[in-house]
Amino acid sequence: MSMATVTVQPVERENYLNKEYGVGSWLFTTDHKRIALLYLMSITFFFFIGGFFALLIRLELLTPVGDLVQADTYNKLFTMHGMVMVFFFLIPSIPAVLGNFLVPMMIGAKDLAFPRINLLSWYLYIIGGIMMLHCMLTGGVDTGWTFYTPFSTAFTNTKIVEAGLAIFVAGFSSILTGLNFVVTIHRMRAPGMTWSRLPLFIWAHYATSIIQILGTPVIAITIVLVAVERTLHLGIFDPRLGGDPLLFQHLFWFYSHPAVYIMILPSMGVVTEIIACFARKRIFGYSFVAFSSIAIAVFGFLVWAHHMFVAGISVYAALVFSLLSYAVAVPSAVKVFNWTATLYKGSIHYDAPMLYAFGFIGLFTMGGLTGLFLAALGIDVHVTDTYFVIAHFHYIMVGGALMGYLGGLHFWWPKISGRLYPESLARLAALIVFLGFNLTFFPQFILGYLGMPRRYFQYPQEFQVLNVLSTAGATVLGVGYLLPMLYFLWSMRYGKPAPDNPWNAAGLEWMTSSPPTTFNFEKEPVVTWEAYNYDELDAPHKEEVPVVR
Amino acid sequence: MFDNFPLWPARASTAAGNVDALFIFLLIVSGLMTLLILTALVYFAARYRHRRGVLAEQIEGSIPLELTWTTIPLFVFLVIFVWGAVVYFKSRTPPRDSTEVYVVAKQWMWKLEHAEGQREINELHVPVGRDVKLIMTSQDVIHSFYVPAFRMKQDVLPGRYTVAWFRAIKPGTYHLFCAEYCGTQHSGMIGSIVVMEPAQFEAWMSGGTTGPLSASGEKIFAELGCVTCHRTDTQGRGPNLQGVFGKPVLLEDGRTVTADENYIRESILDPGAKVVNGFKPVMPTFQGLVSEEQLNALVAYVKSLSQPGTAGTSAAAATPQNDSNAAGSQVQ
Repeated sequence: MSMATVTVQPVERENYLNKEYGVGSWLFTTDHKRIALLYLMSITFFFFIGGFFALLIRLELLTPVGDLVQADTYNKLFTMHGMVMVFFFLIPSIPAVLGNFLVPMMIGAKDLAFPRINLLSWYLYIIGGIMMLHCMLTGGVDTGWTFYTPFSTAFTNTKIVEAGLAIFVAGFSSILTGLNFVVTIHRMRAPGMTWSRLPLFIWAHYATSIIQILGTPVIAITIVLVAVERTLHLGIFDPRLGGDPLLFQHLFWFYSHPAVYIMILPSMGVVTEIIACFARKRIFGYSFVAFSSIAIAVFGFLVWAHHMFVAGISVYAALVFSLLSYAVAVPSAVKVFNWTATLYKGSIHYDAPMLYAFGFIGLFTMGGLTGLFLAALGIDVHVTDTYFVIAHFHYIMVGGALMGYLGGLHFWWPKISGRLYPESLARLAALIVFLGFNLTFFPQFILGYLGMPRRYFQYPQEFQVLNVLSTAGATVLGVGYLLPMLYFLWSMRYGKPAPDNPWNAAGLEWMTSSPPTTFNFEKEPVVTWEAYNYDELDAPHKEEVPVVR
Repeated sequence: MFDNFPLWPARASTAAGNVDALFIFLLIVSGLMTLLILTALVYFAARYRHRRGVLAEQIEGSIPLELTWTTIPLFVFLVIFVWGAVVYFKSRTPPRDSTEVYVVAKQWMWKLEHAEGQREINELHVPVGRDVKLIMTSQDVIHSFYVPAFRMKQDVLPGRYTVAWFRAIKPGTYHLFCAEYCGTQHSGMIGSIVVMEPAQFEAWMSGGTTGPLSASGEKIFAELGCVTCHRTDTQGRGPNLQGVFGKPVLLEDGRTVTADENYIRESILDPGAKVVNGFKPVMPTFQGLVSEEQLNALVAYVKSLSQPGTAGTSAAAATPQNDSNAAGSQVQ
């Protein structure tokens, strides 16, 4: 849909951005929207660091022999790429930025339940981030982001404890965000905002928060155990000290598998909002989409050992975890079908956020379907720990989670910044990201089935063609990611001022001004309608929807 | 540069065909699902493109549809699950009478020793058409024994044995990769599996060897003095090991374990962990006194005591000792 031009306002209304100026007003803010922006800046910084590592990895893999960097450097590159992207970008991405900004507004609240804890969570993230940067600058880690023992506790001489502590601290930031969301969603909903009227974005964040609260402490304690074994030589994971290396893998994946859902569930929430808006429809099967989020969160905790089918676990344990892995695939499939059905008899617009949503559905579907391959015991034996796995989880975490994040950033950018971004450039960027992504990661499925193991610094000659394709794709993808950052920055100064509801979208956040005022609403909204009331918004002779400012 | 560009891996073991068949089935199933969703997306996107004056039709949902697209995928998933489990069970269950090869992994090399005594490094020669069982352990960190052409992979752990098996069907030389990240030279921890025609293989095997692994084991067994307690009669301070391997063993605490490779290994390194019923925990640990290779030889020797036609011909006579102890404890 074309964005409505607005008359330029002579005097800018007071909003959360211009209310106060100065560094102090940002560093000591308790406004969820300002904290969201603090997060946005910090995770963007880490995204480009992680992206830089990825670029070096892809360049090294251009040739079968090791030529660009040393083997040890390469091992550190993929380790730091994984740690930065997982713990300092993907996990905070949508919840801490878009969730922080939108959860209170979508339910008609002034702020999160615990604004100061919200600020604390950002500080913890920053402290963890600085520790991680310090760790990287003083030598880094070479274990892979998975920290497998006993390599990590007894064999490597890199900075395991320091990296572990950085993740430990950042983990608390994640727990606090989750805690804040759960309490906010329970206690701060505006009158009339019943559970069945909540936007599905909120349901997705609720499910995510549960995982953050229940899962993250497990990785925290696991990191402590690794540090204890490494420094005090207490036998926990190292068999020479009487420990069990598989125990580590169980503990690690007990968090790290659900962590994938911390990344993907919020993205599903974003995509749901976008599809409803640009198809001008209520979401098909609202309650199924809502409960599938909860089902994914619950089942997600019961599948961790599918990362360990060849690790030496019993065949019967493998059987159970394979079966449960298929159980978690069902609610994901339900979501895809409901999104598709929502388009039926819609009135579909193709703005940039919708292009990202389409991209998300396509890539997430492929990521999900290749998950069925990995959950099949017989196939997993062959493809686990190969590039097939790399391709699969990048389809989920980059093709899925990151596409959703970018789509959401575009969708809510007018609300966040009060400015419009250049639409045609944004559509181009979405296309570049989609094509670049597929060129980068599709060849890796073939590489994996051919048998190229992951974390290989050098590889046999016959894998080169596919690796060259992948590297070529990565450069395209890099351009696709740089573009939005550049035009978002540009739009903050030169973009047209955004109207309050440029997409004519449903939801309380669109009934505030753009950008919103510090307390979001001038008076507490009273909700008398269901989510996605696009029929009312698009009704030919609609009465003016009251703007709550 | 681009002369070698395969799109499908070589299929050189009996397991490879099974894995490929399931893989192709999954390609078809997921291809159909992708096609279904893609067609619907593209069709809806084109058909219901925004037109001025045409409003979207609001649809609440449909329980029958939700049930359909919950149960059909669930059913398809179950089929995949069962098929995958069958393939996995086959690949995890070494057939009886497999030829045995002991594998010791270390940063960053593979050391392999045939039961017949031939030793190899980063290379394994095997004949076509024979079941080969790998009994693997690591000297340091976790590694993973991966032969893509066999569709076979098994992590190799320190402190215990893991087992894998294959039956090669096509002569040739195939990649052996370490698939579990193990440090600096992880990608250099590669080797090859040389599959030979049986005749060629016999010729290769007749090359220099120090005799079968079990014979080395027997020597070590004597040198370390094991033989003084583990006697071939019922008078020893330790259990008679004739015919023990592969049999259930009743323990002091009432549990029963199967005497497999891992049990023998544990009993040598941590004798107090699982004491056989009727015996006192008097055996000293050999942790640090025997290398992984010596350990393998000892295990091979204990195993040989249970094979007909070898040193342990008196297997039948020897088992009652355990059995009588077991029976005794049950009466008590």
